[in-house]
Amino acid sequence: MSSESLRIVWIYPDLLSTYGDRGNALILARRARQRGMPVEVLEVRSDQQLPATADIYLVGGGEDGPQALGAQRLLADGGLHRAVAQGSVVFGVCAGYQLLGTSFFAKGVQCRGLELLDLQSDRGESRAVGELAGEIDPRLGLPPLTGFENHGGRTHLGPEVSPLARVTAGVGNDGATEGAWRGKLLGTYSHGPALARNPALADLLLRWATGAHQLPPLDDTWPDRLRNERRSAVAAART
Amino acid sequence: MPLRAKVASSVSRTAAALSRAAGRGDGSVIGGWIGLKIDPDLLAHLSAGRAIALVSGTNGKTTTTRLTSAAVGVLGRVATNSFGANMPSGHTSALAKAGSTPYAVLEVDEHYLAQVLEATEPHVVALLNLSRDQLDRAKEVAMMAQLWRAALVRHTNVRVVANADDPLVVWAATPPGDPARGIHPPHVTWFSAGQRWHDDSWVCPECGSTIQRSGDQWWCTGCALRRPEPQWVVEDEGVLDPTGAWHKVSLQLPGKVNLGNAATALAVAAEFGVRPVDAVSRLGIVTSVAGRYAQVDKDGRNIRLLLAKNPASWLEAFDMADNAPTLLSINARDPDGLDTSWLYDVDFAPLRGRQVLITGDRAYDLAVRLDVNDVPFQHVRTFDDAIRSVPPGRLEVIANYTAFQDIRAELDRVI
Ligand SMILES: [Zn+2]
Repeated sequence: MSSESLRIVWIYPDLLSTYGDRGNALILARRARQRGMPVEVLEVRSDQQLPATADIYLVGGGEDGPQALGAQRLLADGGLHRAVAQGSVVFGVCAGYQLLGTSFFAKGVQCRGLELLDLQSDRGESRAVGELAGEIDPRLGLPPLTGFENHGGRTHLGPEVSPLARVTAGVGNDGATEGAWRGKLLGTYSHGPALARNPALADLLLRWATGAHQLPPLDDTWPDRLRNERRSAVAAART
Repeated sequence: MPLRAKVASSVSRTAAALSRAAGRGDGSVIGGWIGLKIDPDLLAHLSAGRAIALVSGTNGKTTTTRLTSAAVGVLGRVATNSFGANMPSGHTSALAKAGSTPYAVLEVDEHYLAQVLEATEPHVVALLNLSRDQLDRAKEVAMMAQLWRAALVRHTNVRVVANADDPLVVWAATPPGDPARGIHPPHVTWFSAGQRWHDDSWVCPECGSTIQRSGDQWWCTGCALRRPEPQWVVEDEGVLDPTGAWHKVSLQLPGKVNLGNAATALAVAAEFGVRPVDAVSRLGIVTSVAGRYAQVDKDGRNIRLLLAKNPASWLEAFDMADNAPTLLSINARDPDGLDTSWLYDVDFAPLRGRQVLITGDRAYDLAVRLDVNDVPFQHVRTFDDAIRSVPPGRLEVIANYTAFQDIRAELDRVI
């Protein structure tokens, strides 16, 4: 950690907060506090400068216009690039995931991304809407991903990133893989408050940010029930 | 009315009656659907000769439609789709069932506004608000504002009554005219009903710049879009009209949001020539709207039903609810939208200190949300369990769409 408290930055809630994205900041902060870590959550609006010294940066979902504007402002600001160079954690969701790549489509125009992840996104033939599930890259040591997706994009991964998961339900990047990660940067189409349904993923981000190899377990009764209920629903829909 | 329309209208009424007799809903949709199959122009034929008001927006349209019908009722008989069947088939049924009336007040699903403007050629259209609602299937919010704006360009004779507090509505209601070609923008009367929910209007729909707010005022930092001066304003427990006269409004419906709906109803009725002083007492006769706000006594509990469909309406529901035990019920079936992400757009902190119960298909989503919000709760499997878990007295029930219908059904449709 860069200071006494864990600093979490929620990037541009005025632009990139279409699907309850606040949830990811709330869940990270709560899980850190429950383990006795002091936490500071900064909401940085698009007309403010991005601090380059935080531990975790969250980039949420948004509509086409705000997504393009958000990418432009982040490129002009440069703070996120400096933070990544210093080893900060970045978690991107949906539009926020796409804009971490080299390019994406918004309002029919190809837009320049932040080039932090080796991937590019274009438009799919149809919108991907519904439950999304997958087996996460075994190197990350996490239980299966569960989420909800709602996007028109298809994402193509380059050699410098690894898929976050192999899709078992839904579309994700392209029907086969979902999300991407490299170093301490991770993105997913599991939109909105993805960490509500994947507390182990929240803990992975906290471990990356703190350097801790293990974190004390928490009472995850309700998230576990939610995960089980969603997994049964996906299984039932398949039969 | 052409013969084909007469036949279609009569079949529509009969089908609605059959559907009700068979116990399949209230018949307000099926009749209209069959009628439209026989004569696609039926809605236009049924609209001809009536002075019509349309009411659209993400939230409050059912209640505002009911209040507006009550206000316009000063002048004569009013046809209305009072069961919230707010697509063209519902409008067709409502008009066919009502027979010939001089007036009609129709609630319109925001996606169908352009189509219904075309078919009914209304005298007035009221635009309440636009916010995120079931985004997994609905058009994105900014897109909806664009559709409204495009529709109004084609109907510049319609009188618009619109919410000055919602930037997306203001932009939608003020399409540019083209005086050289004789196209003038529609006439707009502005009301202020407040906007508790701001998260869908930080970005200007005109130029993409940031929208700033200070008190009631808002303005775009990059172009001329700003809050127009409203002519109808909620003040204390009443409404200020454009002449500056204040009218006390005594509603049986709770909350400041319903005072705003009352202001809108008075503004729409005024476009038909109804004086607020004549209409205001009629607003107090509305007690519940399709089950909303209804109170039911059961096992010593006084149960009040509040419908909350999206983040903006949840904030309103917390404002309306008494400080009493509260049951929250969430489903995510088709009519609700399949995605529950919006739960994180709602701050449930106002419920702290109340006894909170949760139920519904998606109670676990709610559980995780309340947990991170530091709101203690108890999960119950059924509505009866909820009633048994609270002391005698008021039980507030806040539910989203199908969860609300489930609970209405449990109460034997006594409402
Ligand atoms: Zn502007």
